[in-house]
Amino acid sequence: MEKSEIISDCKVVIIGGSAGSLNALMQILPELRPLKDFSIVIVLHRKNTDDQTLEDLLSLKANVEVKPVEDKVPLLPGFIYVAPSNYHLLFEKENILALDTSEKINYSRPSIDVSFESAAEIYGTSLVGILLSGSNTDGTEGLKAIKAHGGTVVVQNPLAADMPFMPNNAILYAEPDFILNNHEILKLIISINS
Amino acid sequence: MIEDIELETLINDVYEYYGFDFGSYSRASLKRRVNRIFHLDGFTHFHEFLSRVRYDPEYYKRMVDEITVNVTEMFRDPAFYRVLRNEILPLLGTKPFIRLWHAGCSTGEEVYSMAIMLKEAGLLHKSIIYATDINATVLETAKKGIFPLRMMKEYSENYRDAGGLEDFSSYYIANYGIAKFNEELGEKMVFSQHNLVSDTSFNEFDMILCRNVLIYFDNDLQKRVINLFDESLAVLGFLALGTKETIKYSISPTKYKQFEKEKIWRKVK
Ligand SMILES: C[S@@+](CC[C@H](N)C(=O)[O-])C[C@H]1O[C@@H](n2cnc3c(N)ncnc32)[C@H](O)[C@@H]1O
Repeated sequence: MEKSEIISDCKVVIIGGSAGSLNALMQILPELRPLKDFSIVIVLHRKNTDDQTLEDLLSLKANVEVKPVEDKVPLLPGFIYVAPSNYHLLFEKENILALDTSEKINYSRPSIDVSFESAAEIYGTSLVGILLSGSNTDGTEGLKAIKAHGGTVVVQNPLAADMPFMPNNAILYAEPDFILNNHEILKLIISINS
Repeated sequence: MIEDIELETLINDVYEYYGFDFGSYSRASLKRRVNRIFHLDGFTHFHEFLSRVRYDPEYYKRMVDEITVNVTEMFRDPAFYRVLRNEILPLLGTKPFIRLWHAGCSTGEEVYSMAIMLKEAGLLHKSIIYATDINATVLETAKKGIFPLRMMKEYSENYRDAGGLEDFSSYYIANYGIAKFNEELGEKMVFSQHNLVSDTSFNEFDMILCRNVLIYFDNDLQKRVINLFDESLAVLGFLALGTKETIKYSISPTKYKQFEKEKIWRKVK
């Protein structure tokens, strides 16, 4: 199935990544335009003890405001949210974020699959899932769930990824709608809801 | 994934048959947990699962044990324990007797962490630590003070990051994959079952710790539980929550003063 180039009625863009994904984000985030009626949620594999450094770095680089994530904060359009270390990030109805300390999934907490699956249930066709570089299989199941709920599935071009394993795995099993380089991912995000 | 309506049916049935109210638990997490046990135990139809829960109290107990998230660590968030060691314990130490409550203590790693801190501050002998959870199975583990040996490397790093100066391995005896913590640490602990949804206050405390429990509750239940803690806390006592939890929406800000950046509040009136 081919999706039309322009995505409309999007409420959330959720981006997952592991090793090497920060490089991609450092290219994409500084070039963003104000988000038109949607939020960006970023779920990266990170050290348990990294309490604030990733948020600080992303805030510094992104030209869209990064809002701190705490339990049950509202997910507001126009902002970026980052899954905190050592918690899984979940989505509740009525645009609320929730946290969970349950077992690691794919050796990871936060796990990309967990957040993608949860977002897929709540946002259905209004969700865009983007999976970036990494050397682990996390994210593929999540993208399958996004697809099954009618959302849009984007995978970073493995040739553009520092660690191609994770995008390759997703391409094999999750039938992405788009396989894109970093600047194409940026263009896609900018075009959303316009 | 199970359907929303199936989850609501389960919540209603559990309330009707067992009087336990999961109605105020956060749905996103609860749904994942119910889905997990449903598949783990090999069910294919939700009605089979439902009738098993209804008519088999043993299975109901297993389900409750499995849907509560019991993951815990020793010295999780070392920065929190550093503030505890450097700022809070010296203040508590001025009291003739210290009463602490760990609500939602799970398998007890946090309670043992606290006992180690109290011991190093020279306060353990005059402390009593109540530790409660809704899940009877985890309390049994907690009482034993036995934790997996493979976790000790991480815990001793956490301990050091929390400002610990002793040899961490002097606190336990290693044996066949387990670490049994010194009995002296457990002597001041009292474990019992307590349900934050329905049970009342049972004592007055100088410090209450309830970390990573409120995240499983909706805003209304969080408010009720914070008020239960408020009733159970002495003036000038401390309340500690998980790093991503807050009392901000639950209680008048004039009553509590936050300690630095940590999720520790002091009851000022
Ligand atoms: C994630 S653990 C937190 C353990 C520890 N405090 C920590 O932060 O590492 C959450 C605990 O809350 C308990 N719990 C859930 N609902 C409860 C309730 N209604 N009353 C008391 N405890 C509850 C669970 O059984 C579980 O052991």
